[in-house]
Amino acid sequence: MATVEELKLRVRELENELIKCKQKQSAAEDAQSQELHRPKIDKMSAEVVDSNPYSRLMALKRMGIVDDYELLLFDYDKVELANMNRLFFQPHQAGLSKVEAAEHTLRNINPDVSFETHNYNITTMENFTHFMERISQGGLEDGKPVDLVLSCVDNFEARMAINTACNELGQIWMESGVSENAVSGHIQLIIPGETACFACAPPLVVAANIDEKTLKREGVCAASLPTTMGVVAGILVQNVLKYLLKFGTVSYYLGYNAMQDFFPTMAMKANPQCNDRYCRKQQEEYKKKEAERPKVEVVEVEEEVVHEDNEWGIELVSEVSDAELQAASGSVPDLPEGITVAYTIPAESPASGETVEETEQSLEELMAQMRKL
Amino acid sequence: MADEATRRAVSQIPLLKTHAGPRDRALWPQRLKEEYQALIHFVEQNKAADNDWFRLESNADGTRWTGTCWFIHELLRYEFRLEFDVPVTYPDTAPEVAVPELDGKTAKMYRGGKICLTEHFAPLWARNAPRFGLAHLMALGLGPWLAVEVPDLISKGHVIHKEQQREAAAE
Ligand SMILES: [Zn+2]
Repeated sequence: MATVEELKLRVRELENELIKCKQKQSAAEDAQSQELHRPKIDKMSAEVVDSNPYSRLMALKRMGIVDDYELLLFDYDKVELANMNRLFFQPHQAGLSKVEAAEHTLRNINPDVSFETHNYNITTMENFTHFMERISQGGLEDGKPVDLVLSCVDNFEARMAINTACNELGQIWMESGVSENAVSGHIQLIIPGETACFACAPPLVVAANIDEKTLKREGVCAASLPTTMGVVAGILVQNVLKYLLKFGTVSYYLGYNAMQDFFPTMAMKANPQCNDRYCRKQQEEYKKKEAERPKVEVVEVEEEVVHEDNEWGIELVSEVSDAELQAASGSVPDLPEGITVAYTIPAESPASGETVEETEQSLEELMAQMRKL
Repeated sequence: MADEATRRAVSQIPLLKTHAGPRDRALWPQRLKEEYQALIHFVEQNKAADNDWFRLESNADGTRWTGTCWFIHELLRYEFRLEFDVPVTYPDTAPEVAVPELDGKTAKMYRGGKICLTEHFAPLWARNAPRFGLAHLMALGLGPWLAVEVPDLISKGHVIHKEQQREAAAE
């Protein structure tokens, strides 16, 4: 009788063979459907005719909603596609890396977009260096930074890694996320030095008005609702278009509470006491730039509202809706209704007790000692 | 939060002093030494309390850690391989500990066998950064996870003791 190990090996062989078959099949399908797809367009036409795939966008321009579309073709390379809306993938893509599968599908939808995919964990040393390099050098024009980084990741470590990279590079980025209970989400625009970075405050959460005590957490890590993901992804991409094509008001922070269909908004200044030293450095540079900027017109500066019981060092720049601000006479809460923090961090570390002692031992000796235990 | 025994064990682990991650070329070796000191202290403390339950070692630059952890259930010892990378944002964020051989066997795991920590862990880590180290991660993250998940996995038949497995294979 074959051993378990032998059988495992055989299963793996068969799995690999299956993946290869699937890839071959989808490549054949691609070739077949090639005629259905239009070729790549070098220069966008401004004609509003049905044969122009960008005609609806041009209509938007003619209506005066959009006045700059030059940045439409941006490349995707730094977007972590893991755990983006899963409806996006197709069964025959099982076994392919998510970035590969996503590129494949997106290229079929729009052959004008250039793609670059990296199938790796950005939080490890080696990959992070490469990740930073691609953000700063991977723009459409080689050697230039990308226009915008979108964060579509599903964990704190990866968000912090993107935050670290963008603070160091001064790269503007948009963060997005869905809560673990899948009934709320958010998007956030981060301009290093200007608006709060991801490390400026404890993680923000959109209150879904679920009694945490009745929430059954045992047995599962995280729920997933493709509709919530779809809504948040839609809001994110809308904000990206507004930012890149320069129309409307770009949201600094927009929450989505799916339980009540409530969309809290706010803007947050960078925290001068942020833990990330590059965030503090960017703040210095932003201040300098602001001071140097010639004041062409008199800009009415609203009085800063700093709250005394501001535990988290969060300062509201402005309410996104001016009407709301006017309606809310009196005290403005530190965070608008519907947005809260996942936890708070006391000024003094609560950890007390002994710290590691000075040692004469070298690292190698300590490693050896650990191995011998 | 963690039970009384865990809390007591954690309070005995020495806190770390150097705020440095693997990207900090100058200070990371010092931090790494402190990590080893705290880990050695914790393992010795566990041995003394007759509760030895894991071993860890790293590559030369201390960015990748591998080891084993074990859990005694009804007098049988269940042993698992464990691994993790130290993220570039460490020690502000904790590494994601993985027990690959349990991947797909429990809902309390993310893809790749990364264990899903309780909602208490993230705030606890954030409040105590950068003084918590890998020993604290073991004590507050992996330890309580094993204590809940392993008995459950055994009762569901998803984890079978190695010797029993061998006997079954021989039949
Ligand atoms: Zn910051």
